[in-house]
Amino acid sequence: MSRNHPQTAPGDPGSARRWFLRGVAAAYSVPGLILVSAFIGFAGLAKETGLTVVETVFMVGVVWALPAKVVLIGAILSKASIFAAAFAVALSSIRLMPMVVALVPEMRTEKTRPWVLYLLSHFVAVTSWVLALERFRDVPPDMRTTFYAGLGGMLVLNNMIVVAVVYMLAEQLPPVASAALFLLTPMYFLTSLWGSARERAAHVAMVLGLGLGPVFHILLPGFDLLAAGLIGGFAAYGWHRYARRRAAP
Amino acid sequence: MSFDAIDAWWWPFLFILVAGWLATDSWRFLGVYLGGRLSEESDLLVLVRAVATALVAAVIANLIFFPGGALAASPLALRLGAAVAGFAAYLLIGRRVLAGIAVAEAVFIGGWFALG
Repeated sequence: MSRNHPQTAPGDPGSARRWFLRGVAAAYSVPGLILVSAFIGFAGLAKETGLTVVETVFMVGVVWALPAKVVLIGAILSKASIFAAAFAVALSSIRLMPMVVALVPEMRTEKTRPWVLYLLSHFVAVTSWVLALERFRDVPPDMRTTFYAGLGGMLVLNNMIVVAVVYMLAEQLPPVASAALFLLTPMYFLTSLWGSARERAAHVAMVLGLGLGPVFHILLPGFDLLAAGLIGGFAAYGWHRYARRRAAP
Repeated sequence: MSFDAIDAWWWPFLFILVAGWLATDSWRFLGVYLGGRLSEESDLLVLVRAVATALVAAVIANLIFFPGGALAASPLALRLGAAVAGFAAYLLIGRRVLAGIAVAEAVFIGGWFALG
């Protein structure tokens, strides 16, 4: 319906509000729903770790990317120092950089101010990124930052509320329900990580990481994530170079 | 200097800000700065993505092998079986994340009650 007239007058406040609200509405979609289910699981995980509800909601707001938060919780559980924790989280979040690099040219026009892009980049995580790249086609270029502000902002706000509510209800759950909740986070990542792979090397890296994680958990407690990430990642990259050389004529 | 090393109300928040916010938003801000300068196909980014993917995969496997809380009360074989069934369903039913999660949860809850 609205796809036919994306040529709105630039700077029209009425149309800006409309595109912002369309961004908000895009948060209520299947990927948005799946993300909520993963955050339900995260609320249970954070509570079991001993975080307070305020700390948990604060973490959702300031970190946002779910893999980074799960790594941070893992580091807290293994009594890692603040520096080791920051290093592990930073290593798990490098992927945010190329994602932002890919998204920025789609949102930027000559009139876009840099601080707007820096602010909006905070909302970048797998779900909002996938949704934005999918919907931007139907959004006029000068309204894309507005649209993404609505989409990203709503996703963050929504899940901060979800986490607060689930955290408070989790006590009254029977054991099978809270066990099933904890299974949501690994299942969400197992499937969405496989689906988001850009090249086969990422699938190789994922299989290696799945195998090496538990092995290093026993052999190198405290450094298990770093060891599995670096060894699995470099091995997958080596495989990538080797496979490409063989494919070359 | 771990999460519960300092007994002050502000310490957990500082810990989350440094190890969480700073460690993630630095990459996002760097991404804005680099803008279109780096190619998505650049070899360096393949390595970067591979390390990041292996690390998150290790987190996933550890959450299934060595879980905390109520999930720890279930047998490893049940968790592993549910995860494998869910992932197989995801691959077979057109790569739908929702299908993978639903099958894993169904197998897990069914197994939980079957085992008593």
